[in-house]
Amino acid sequence: MRFTLPKPWIAGALVALLLTLLAPTALAAPPDARNIAWLDRITFGADSATLAQYRKLGREGFLQAQLHPGDPALPPAVTTQLASLDAERLTLNDIATQLREQRAKLRALDKGDPQRRALAKAWRKRGHALADQAAQAELLRAIASPAQLREQMTVFWLNHFSVFQRKRQVGWFVADYTNRVIRPHALGSFRDLVMATLTSPAMLQYLDNANNARGHYNENYARELMELHTLGVHAGYTQQDVQALMHILSGLTLDLRPRERARRFGARGPQRINALVAFYPRRHDASPQVFLGHTFAGDDMSEIRRAVDLIVAQPACARFISTELARYFVADTPSPALIDRMSRTFQRTHGDIAAVLHTLFTAPELDAQLGRKFKDPMQFVISAVRLSADGREVVNAEPLVKALRTLGEPLYGRLTPDGWPLQATSWNSSGQMSDRFRLARALGSGRMPLFDPGAKRAPVGTAPPDIAASMLYRESLAPRLRDATRQALAQARNRVEWNTLLLASPDFNFR
Amino acid sequence: MQRRAFLKTLAALPALGVAGRLFAAPTSGPRFLLVFLRGGYDSNHLLVPYASDFYYEARPHIAIARPGSGADAATRLDDAWALAPAVHDSLGALYAQRQVAFVPFAGTDDLSRSHFETQDDVESGETAAQRHGFHSGFMARLAGVLGRQAAPIAFTRSLPLSFQGGHGDIPNLSLRGRTRAAFTPRQVDLLQAMYEGTPLQAPVRDGLKLRQQVAGKFAEEMVHASRGAVNPGGFATETARIATLMRDQFRLGFVDVGGWDTHVNQGDARGVLANNLANLGRGLEAFARGMGDEWKHTVVAVISEFGRTFRENGDRGTDHGHGTVYTFLGGALRGGRILGEQRAVTRANLLQDRDYPVLNNYRAVFGGLFQRLWGLSDEHVNQVFPGAPPRDLGLV
Repeated sequence: MRFTLPKPWIAGALVALLLTLLAPTALAAPPDARNIAWLDRITFGADSATLAQYRKLGREGFLQAQLHPGDPALPPAVTTQLASLDAERLTLNDIATQLREQRAKLRALDKGDPQRRALAKAWRKRGHALADQAAQAELLRAIASPAQLREQMTVFWLNHFSVFQRKRQVGWFVADYTNRVIRPHALGSFRDLVMATLTSPAMLQYLDNANNARGHYNENYARELMELHTLGVHAGYTQQDVQALMHILSGLTLDLRPRERARRFGARGPQRINALVAFYPRRHDASPQVFLGHTFAGDDMSEIRRAVDLIVAQPACARFISTELARYFVADTPSPALIDRMSRTFQRTHGDIAAVLHTLFTAPELDAQLGRKFKDPMQFVISAVRLSADGREVVNAEPLVKALRTLGEPLYGRLTPDGWPLQATSWNSSGQMSDRFRLARALGSGRMPLFDPGAKRAPVGTAPPDIAASMLYRESLAPRLRDATRQALAQARNRVEWNTLLLASPDFNFR
Repeated sequence: MQRRAFLKTLAALPALGVAGRLFAAPTSGPRFLLVFLRGGYDSNHLLVPYASDFYYEARPHIAIARPGSGADAATRLDDAWALAPAVHDSLGALYAQRQVAFVPFAGTDDLSRSHFETQDDVESGETAAQRHGFHSGFMARLAGVLGRQAAPIAFTRSLPLSFQGGHGDIPNLSLRGRTRAAFTPRQVDLLQAMYEGTPLQAPVRDGLKLRQQVAGKFAEEMVHASRGAVNPGGFATETARIATLMRDQFRLGFVDVGGWDTHVNQGDARGVLANNLANLGRGLEAFARGMGDEWKHTVVAVISEFGRTFRENGDRGTDHGHGTVYTFLGGALRGGRILGEQRAVTRANLLQDRDYPVLNNYRAVFGGLFQRLWGLSDEHVNQVFPGAPPRDLGLV
């Protein structure tokens, strides 16, 4: 059966109304195995809070709540922990000030001066430490946030618009990138998201548009903006389009020495976008450019905005983004019919991400794939913690940052701009499976000090989590285990072994 | 999860994997190990252009002394090149037995001088213009061309780009550090049983089995290590283990070594870089020894993404450059020679007055080597290195 949905907000209002009317019935319906499998996709893994919310709202209500989450509170201990991290506290202004101070100090020292080397090294270390904290913060949110879909989308977009923290000062910028650039747009307008990444210090530094200036062009970002971020390779644009976009983007730069530059450029000074980013007309090539069949000229940000509008309005963009989303949430090779419907939603709503996701999460194609998608390391780790901690406040994500490194998918750790692969084959090699099993045991043993901020290991005598006895396990996993898994679990000799087998089982590693 | 649907998918998919050949590789036939020095090592600290006055001018603080000029001097190899004292006992001894050859002016045509771009370029084996995505490596394509005789493995934590995008499952296993088994045989059986009949049956079995096997193989070595017989931190510990596996089971191997990005205080005949090179040399020697009789069927290539600036910088280090020196080793190598196209080391011959030019492109050189080792057709070589005709330097 096919039917078209009304505009999402109307649908939302209708559903809310229906829910009010049907509330008692909805309360009575517990999620069955199929619905729980669906919840395991829309969240990082259902926990007791997920099940309770589902009971209250039903499928469509739950979906609406996830698509438009507002600003739900995190558990108090998590909020406190986040507030203790430098990376979370520093504003872009603070970072700009610190980097400029550092830079001035460095420049005051001789090139051969050992002090200069020590300073540069300390600076690099600080960048890595800040990136590490940003990764911890994102993991804590991914575990605890009731806005589960938004956190999944934050992770998805961080990967789609991937940056590498070890390139130059990118490490300083990744917390800003996550919290200010990506998350607020994760379920919003795709165009706004592209503009936010385009004007972010992290992306400007990582893909070198910071160095793209009249006479000293760098086409790195112009190419990846189309190839990896919006249109996909073979989308019909030409090398000439890449060059034209490069010219249009010239002059948009990271601004670590504003005063010197402002002086040099005089009256045609920079158009400031944020504390670290500005558009310099003098570094921009204003000669007319033909880009995707349209002519561009002029020397301000409005031309860049117009170019982005043009890119995201291409049917290829709707198709590319829909395919990537379906590949992440539905299947490694998603069905063309689903991509068609998602693309239509994308075009009709001018890139409303929530609307496209509504099409995805109500698709029969998704239901047909439930339980068949291999979890990537991020999904595996977060879901294991959500199952074993189930609502208990995880405040120390350091061991999990390490775990993701071991499994080869650290946040902000992908060298190349293409992001971590979305297909199972990249994560289920023999070496990766045995590494994953070892982590299953580490996670199941209770040895990770997830509940003690700053601790390196759990206190002696910490008991492993009793997953088998939990309501969550009995409701969500137990009813749908395969026989082979059931038999293996029955032979476990102790709780750690039982937990290890469960977290290592195919039932848990596919979602 | 829909149990029925799940089982149906599982049944529909073929069991991928290498299990069939993983534990029963044929015992003889060519072996190839690629050693990737990540970070761009300074080749002038390995192969010293001692005949060049410009070399001594350009490196007033870090040059390695001419042969015959004292304790820390280089050892003469031919009229142009000498070998650094750090590797005298290891590579020097093998060179004397004609089991080592050097190819200077080697590298890629990527001029970005960027680590990550050039490493990718090398590992993909395609030029940036040819490349579609970042997911196919030349070692994987070589394994594909060789078919069942390939028996590939990466001795790294995750699969390097070189080995990505192949058909079937290429195993990976890091032999650095501890190799203790994580699970008891009973636990291994339980884990395997859960994946029986699923698409992951083969990789799960391979991964667990390989780890158990390696743990068993190296249990004795660990005992020795605790008595101080082996330096557990050294590259030699790792390469000795690699040799054990490549001798018995695998034909195509990959391992990487970091720590070569010496922008600052790299030292001369002694110092950080000399120590790294000595460690590398000992590792290669241990590998040669560990291969036993199979060493005569084995070729090792030691490469890096680029060379470094010819002149030292203000911090007594060197910056990212272009051309570098590749080292080849093997029991049946026609070694004891310095091969490939060469040029006098003068300022005029530098690329952009900065670094070595590349006269021997790695794609052509490797293509030529693979053609010799396995008798590959031009068409097969073209699959491994598209658009790069092989060039036979007569290495084997």
